[in-house]
Amino acid sequence: MHIPDGYLSPQTYIPLLGLAAAFWSVALRKIKTGLSHRYIPYLAMAAAFSFLIQMFNIPIPGGTTGHAVGGAIIAILLGPWAAVIAVSIVLVIQAVVFGDGGITAIGANCFNMAVVLPFISYWVFRIICGPARTGKRVRAAAFMAGYSGLFMASISTAIQFGIQPLIAQDAQGLPLYAPYPLAIAVPAMAVEHLLLFGILEGIVTALILGYFMKHEMDLIYAFREIKND
Amino acid sequence: MTKFQKKLWIGLVVMALLSPIGIFLPQFFMAEGAWGEWSSEKLKEMMGFVPAGLERLADLWKAPIAGYNLGGEGASVWVQGLWYIVSGLIGILIVGCIAYFLARIINRNAP
Repeated sequence: MHIPDGYLSPQTYIPLLGLAAAFWSVALRKIKTGLSHRYIPYLAMAAAFSFLIQMFNIPIPGGTTGHAVGGAIIAILLGPWAAVIAVSIVLVIQAVVFGDGGITAIGANCFNMAVVLPFISYWVFRIICGPARTGKRVRAAAFMAGYSGLFMASISTAIQFGIQPLIAQDAQGLPLYAPYPLAIAVPAMAVEHLLLFGILEGIVTALILGYFMKHEMDLIYAFREIKND
Repeated sequence: MTKFQKKLWIGLVVMALLSPIGIFLPQFFMAEGAWGEWSSEKLKEMMGFVPAGLERLADLWKAPIAGYNLGGEGASVWVQGLWYIVSGLIGILIVGCIAYFLARIINRNAP
């Protein structure tokens, strides 16, 4: 889901960089005033975890590969704004140091994986989980949070790919950037994330939440937030 | 650092050591890269041309450890695997430090 350089037109990547920057500025303000200091070591671990889980490329036999992002579990454990920061740091380092995702596409990639993913995941978790604190409902909420968050991030990415042929063409009408239209990009990315990669993010989210519920229940941000309602 | 946090860091390092699974599995199942992230050569093969704007921007940046591999494109899977582990360790060190110090510096509640 890491859009490389050259796939997005400036008319796409510049506004998305602005949008991502708006979220970064709010997220930094939240960390400045709203984050309890006991979350800080976990923020570092969250960034490390997201970096590593993205290295585990899982193949569709004979097809494409994909991976979980970890943004859903970070949003549930540390809150969606902390997830914005942790995943954004990962995406910037991946682009700059490892050439994974384009420099020009940093805003777009951060918007998809560090904004859409954690916020969808966080709210899906809270809505499905409700007041439950144990049992199947929490596990189902965690799975669906990861599943739907990654799915929506993939749709957002696919739309950015798919609108390129509409935005920029050369004199012969050939696309200047990402060549495939919405009718190809959206179904292609939707299906692979519905059938495999979304499930992966869902499982990762449910397993790690289960581990934290056993060992550090009172840390979990999504549960503390609900208590304050 | 609490005992629980120490355990989590150990878990993260173990993840880095296991990360070559992420290159072995796709090779074993003959899967290619992610959808929409093809190289210019691959696009040419798929479409018969490389979009002009894409070609202009594609090589904008030379990453120091491009593709999590310094062993070159022809490197054996073992060399690639080793660089993958090294990249994982370097990666978590960089992102962990940035996240930690960024939060420490700006957070008002930080002790």
